[in-house]
Amino acid sequence: MAVTRFLVRRILTGLIVLWFVATATFFLFFARNPQIVARQLAGRAATAQILAEVTHNLGLDQPIFTQYGRYLTRLVHWNFGLSYFNGGESVSAIIARDLPRTASVVVGGLVLWLVVGLGTGVLSATRARSLFDRTSTVAVLVGLSMPTFVLGELLLRYVYVPANNHGATWITIGYVPLSQGVLSWAGAMMLPWITLATVQAAVYTRLSRGSLLDTMGEDYIRTARAKGLTERRVVYRHGMRAALTPVVSQLGIDIGALLGGVVVVEQVFGVGGLGQDAVSSIANGDLPTIIAFVLLASAFVVIANIIVDLAYAILDPRVRIS
Amino acid sequence: MSITELEFQAVTVETAPEEAIQGQSQWQLTWRRLRHDRMAVASIVVIGLIAALAIAAPAFASLVGHPPSQAYPNIGVNVNGTPVSPGTHGFWLGTDELGRDLFVRILYGARISLFVGLSTTLIGTVLGVSVGLISGYYGGIVDAALARIIDAVLAFPYIVLALSLAVVFGPSLWIVIGVIAFFSWAAISRVVRGQALSIREKEYIEAARSLGAGPWRIMFIDVLPNLMAPILVLATLSIPTAIVFEATLSYLGLGIQAPTASWGNILGGAQSYYTVAWWYLVFPALALVITTIAFNLVGDGVRDAMDPRTERVFAAGRKRRKTGSQGDQADGEAALPPLTVADEGGPLSWQ
Repeated sequence: MAVTRFLVRRILTGLIVLWFVATATFFLFFARNPQIVARQLAGRAATAQILAEVTHNLGLDQPIFTQYGRYLTRLVHWNFGLSYFNGGESVSAIIARDLPRTASVVVGGLVLWLVVGLGTGVLSATRARSLFDRTSTVAVLVGLSMPTFVLGELLLRYVYVPANNHGATWITIGYVPLSQGVLSWAGAMMLPWITLATVQAAVYTRLSRGSLLDTMGEDYIRTARAKGLTERRVVYRHGMRAALTPVVSQLGIDIGALLGGVVVVEQVFGVGGLGQDAVSSIANGDLPTIIAFVLLASAFVVIANIIVDLAYAILDPRVRIS
Repeated sequence: MSITELEFQAVTVETAPEEAIQGQSQWQLTWRRLRHDRMAVASIVVIGLIAALAIAAPAFASLVGHPPSQAYPNIGVNVNGTPVSPGTHGFWLGTDELGRDLFVRILYGARISLFVGLSTTLIGTVLGVSVGLISGYYGGIVDAALARIIDAVLAFPYIVLALSLAVVFGPSLWIVIGVIAFFSWAAISRVVRGQALSIREKEYIEAARSLGAGPWRIMFIDVLPNLMAPILVLATLSIPTAIVFEATLSYLGLGIQAPTASWGNILGGAQSYYTVAWWYLVFPALALVITTIAFNLVGDGVRDAMDPRTERVFAAGRKRRKTGSQGDQADGEAALPPLTVADEGGPLSWQ
C-alpha cells in the first residue's frame, strides 16, 4: 500500500519534471528566429519565397503558444518530429533503431560495473591490508584518474587490434543485434562494457570497501559473531546490508555520470546508439534528434531515481517510503 | 600572593608564543606530515614540472620551430596521409594527421587542462563554500531549498547540459568552464553544509552571536576557518576531476575546438588513427593520466595529512608509516604536546 502510494507520487512528480524539461528545451531550442531554421533547412541558395514556404510548412509562422501546444501533443504521442538530416527520417524511427544499442551498453555495463565494483570492494574489505587489497587500491587510483574515453581508445589499440591479429575475431566493435546470437552480441559489447564498468567501478570499490570496513567495526557485528554465526553469514547478511546503503545513494547520484559514460563509450566504439547520434547531431544542428536525446535521458534519470529510492528503502528499514 | 601569580603569568606569556606558534598552526602540522609522504611529494614535483612545461610551451615551440597550429603537410605526413612517427624530421613525439607537431600540441594542451582545472576549482569552491555555509547556517526553509538544489545538481546528467549549451551557444572554452563549475560546486556545498549544521550549534558561535556578530561575520569568520581542512581536500581532488571532464567534453567535440590544442581533442583526432599511429594516442593519453594521477595523489596526501586517522589510500604510504614511525616520532612528539596545551585554552587559562 505504502509502496503503491510512493510509486504514484513519484511517477506524478516525475511527469512534472519531464514536462518542465520539455518546456525548457522547447523555449531554449525551438523558439528561435524562424528565418534561421528555414535557412538551415532550405540551404543558402534558397529564395525568400522558398524560405517563407518552408516556414509556413513547419508551422513556424504560428503564434509561439500554438507551436508549444502542438509540440507537447506530439510528445505525448511519441512523435519527436523529423530529423533535419538523414533524409528527413522520423526521430521516432531513429530512437527505435538506437534504443537497443544504447540499452545493451547500459545494462551490460551497469551489471559489470556493480559486480566488479562491489565484488572488489568486499574482497578488499574482508582481506584488509592483504596483497589483493593493496593491488586493488592502486588499481582504483588509476581507475579514478583514467578518463573513460582514454581507456576505451587504449583497449582498441592494445586489445582489439592484437586480438583480431591473433585470430580472436569474435571480439568485434560496432553493434551486432541480439537476434544474431548472444555470443556475437556479447563479443561486440565486451569492450564497451569493460570500458564503461572499469572507470565507474573504481568509485564503488573505494566506497563499498570503506563502508564495509566501517560497518564491520559496529557493535551489532560483534554481537552477530558472538552468537556463533559463521563469518560468511556475518559479512554477507549482517554487514553487507548496512554497508550497501551509502553505495545505493551514491548510485542515485551517479546515474547522470552513467549517461555521460554511455555517450563516450558509444562514441569510442562506434556503437551507433542514441548518445553517439546526439553528439554527431551537434555538428549539423539536427535539433529534433538532440531534443529526443535530452528528453529520453531525463526520463531515464527520473525512472532510475525512483528505482534507487525503492532499493534504498528495502535495504534500510529505517528509511520509510512516503 | 596575587603579585607572584601575576609575575608567574607574565613569565608564561613571554615564553608561550614559541610553543604556541609551533603547536597551534594546523597548517604547519599538515605540511610536516605531507612532507614525509613520498608519493605526495613526488606528485607535487610532477605537477610542478607539468606546470613549468605548460608555461614554457611557447619557448619549446620556438625551440623546435613548430608553432602549435602549424601543419607540415610535406614533412609531417607520410605519402599515404598517415602521421609520421616520433623522431622523424625533428618531430620529437611525431605528428598528427595534418602534420602538426604532437609534442608542441601536447604542451599547449597542458595549458588548457591546467587553466580549466584550476579556474573551475576556484569558481566551484567559492560558490560551493558560500552556498554550503548559507544553507548550513540558516537551516530551515533556506536549507531545505538549497539542499534540494544541491541534490538536483548532483544527479543532473552533465552530458545533457553540455549538449544543450553546445547546441545553443556553440562549443567554446567558456562553456566548458561554465559546465564544469556548475557541477563542481555541489559536492563541496554538501560537505560544507553538513559541517556548518553541526558547528553552528557550538557554544562559541552562541558566544559570538551574544557579542552581536552578524550572520555573515559568523559564517565567514567564525565557522569557515574550521572547515578549511575538508575544503582544501575537496578542492584538490576536484582539480583532476575537472581536467578529466574538460578532456571528455573536448573529446566529444563539445569543448575546446581545433585548431586550439587540448588533450581531449588531440585524443579525439587520434581515434581515427589508432591502428597506424600509436604515438598519436599514447603520448597525450600519458600526459592526461599522469597529470590526473598526480593531482589525485596530492589530494589523498593532503587528506591524510589533515586527518591522520584516515587510512592510507596508497599502499606505499603505509609502509612509510610503519618503517618511518621512529623517525616521525621526534617530529610528532615535538609538535603534539603544545597542540594539546593550546587545545585546552593555552597556558593562561588554567587559573
